[in-house]
Amino acid sequence: MKKYIPPIFLGMGLLLLWQLIAMLIDAPYILPSPIEIVYEIIELRTALFTVHLPSTMYVTFVGLSISVVLGLTLAVLMDVFPSVHRTVYPIVIASQTIPTTAIAPLFVLWFGYTAWSKILVTVLMTFFPITISVFDGFKSSKREMEELLMTYGASKKDIFIKLKIPTALPSFFSSIKMAIPLSVIGAAIAEWLGAQSGLGYFSKRMMTQLNGPGVFAPIVILSIAAMLAVALVSIIENKAIKWRKEI
Amino acid sequence: MLSFNNVSFTYPGDIGPIMENLSFSVAQGDFISIIGASGCGKSTIFRLINGLEKPEKGSITIDDTPIEKLHNYSSFMPQKDLLFPWHSVRKNVCLPMELARIPKSERKSRCLDVLKNAGLTDYADKMPHELSGGMRQRVSFARTLLAGADMLLLDEPFSALDYLTKINMQEWLLQQWEHYNKSILFITHDVEEAIFLSKTIFVIRSVPFRSMDEISVPLPYPRRREDLATQPIIELREKLFESLRKERVK
Ligand SMILES: Nc1ncnc2c1ncn2[C@@H]1O[C@H](COP(=O)(O)OP(=O)(O)OP(=O)(O)O)[C@@H](O)[C@H]1O
Ligand SMILES: [Mg+2]
Repeated sequence: MKKYIPPIFLGMGLLLLWQLIAMLIDAPYILPSPIEIVYEIIELRTALFTVHLPSTMYVTFVGLSISVVLGLTLAVLMDVFPSVHRTVYPIVIASQTIPTTAIAPLFVLWFGYTAWSKILVTVLMTFFPITISVFDGFKSSKREMEELLMTYGASKKDIFIKLKIPTALPSFFSSIKMAIPLSVIGAAIAEWLGAQSGLGYFSKRMMTQLNGPGVFAPIVILSIAAMLAVALVSIIENKAIKWRKEI
Repeated sequence: MLSFNNVSFTYPGDIGPIMENLSFSVAQGDFISIIGASGCGKSTIFRLINGLEKPEKGSITIDDTPIEKLHNYSSFMPQKDLLFPWHSVRKNVCLPMELARIPKSERKSRCLDVLKNAGLTDYADKMPHELSGGMRQRVSFARTLLAGADMLLLDEPFSALDYLTKINMQEWLLQQWEHYNKSILFITHDVEEAIFLSKTIFVIRSVPFRSMDEISVPLPYPRRREDLATQPIIELREKLFESLRKERVK
């Protein structure tokens, strides 16, 4: 617990500084103070927590799930079939250079203001890191261990299950923890560009009303939601991986 | 009985062969050590026996049957213990049997038996990172035993251990060998270890090699540490040192 004390102090210090500067500027539409933001969250809680948060979480969750399924499948195929690796890997890398945020409006054109346009943005942003991390995880299994299993008469499938999957598990969890904030950002950006609900959309609406605290309130909620999700994954990770100390 | 019949081998991409027309044989129940300078090809002999590499020429047979036609004739124990960090001691030790599709009940009873014999019963549910180096080597050895073959290939199993642990493990290994009645091929850099453990020592003198010198150790089993201080053994040790050193100079 002790190791958390310095960052908590630093965080509080920064918040305090922010509060002071905001009070000095005294223009909430330019820089709202933390206290004003908290008031705004309380004031708008019904809309924020019953409509917009669930809407964004839905997009994030569905998008992330699709990325996980797609990413794992592709990573497994690339590991098992070198030809798939040679063909697909460069494309996956290249797909990462697409400026997702720039083409997101196109998805709105295709899918309208439905959840799918936003889910697609989320998938594009998270699919790559998951695929690559898990694939690298498979590849990082020790050659010597693979050979040892071969001397026990293990088949390719045995080696995959007994060696590659456990080896890749830590990378898998890291990639999920990395993908959660990305997916939240993806969802919020997509909502900002065109949507009828969601925290990104809400933030944009407040912007048009020059409501500074209202712009920040959904962003604060998003950050907290992402942090909680990452914390949850860390807890599961610690339960699933008890051997990390060693590697 | 294992025999190498005129075996030649070159690693793909290497300039020259490692061994040429090598022939030797090992009788059932023997304890053989192989010594030689680093990089001379000791581990390669094991890789050929357990089928990870194929001879370029010649054949490897067990009781006159080529090893390609056999299953589960040798169990390999690598230099690093290579325990799977995500499995408990029990699961690590059972892994070869699991891969051989041996029924669960049988796995369990054999595993308990071997763990008990190795003095590991109390550690069955520990994870590898909770064990000392010597313990880990025991677990690795237990796993090798449970792979079920009559011939054990041990590649420098004790080289990473401290002196006292190493001595204990050597004595323990001899007991295990006598108890289970297996043949053991044992690679080591340590001349004293080779003398203490083995019936016969194979010495690799040059690279590439066509043959190995076979030196029998004039000591009965069970071995005692004190025997190493007798005159013939001291002379043997000097002779072995000398031959290894010469090779290094070349
Ligand atoms: N997979 C490989 N491909 C190419 N060359 C190899 C390979 N494995 C080993 N070699 C080479 O073959 C030679 C013999 O290797 P080997 O591992 O059998 O030696 P060793 O006697 O066991 O050495 P050490 O005592 O250091 O373990 C070395 O020169 C090594 O560089
Ligand atoms: Mg070696």
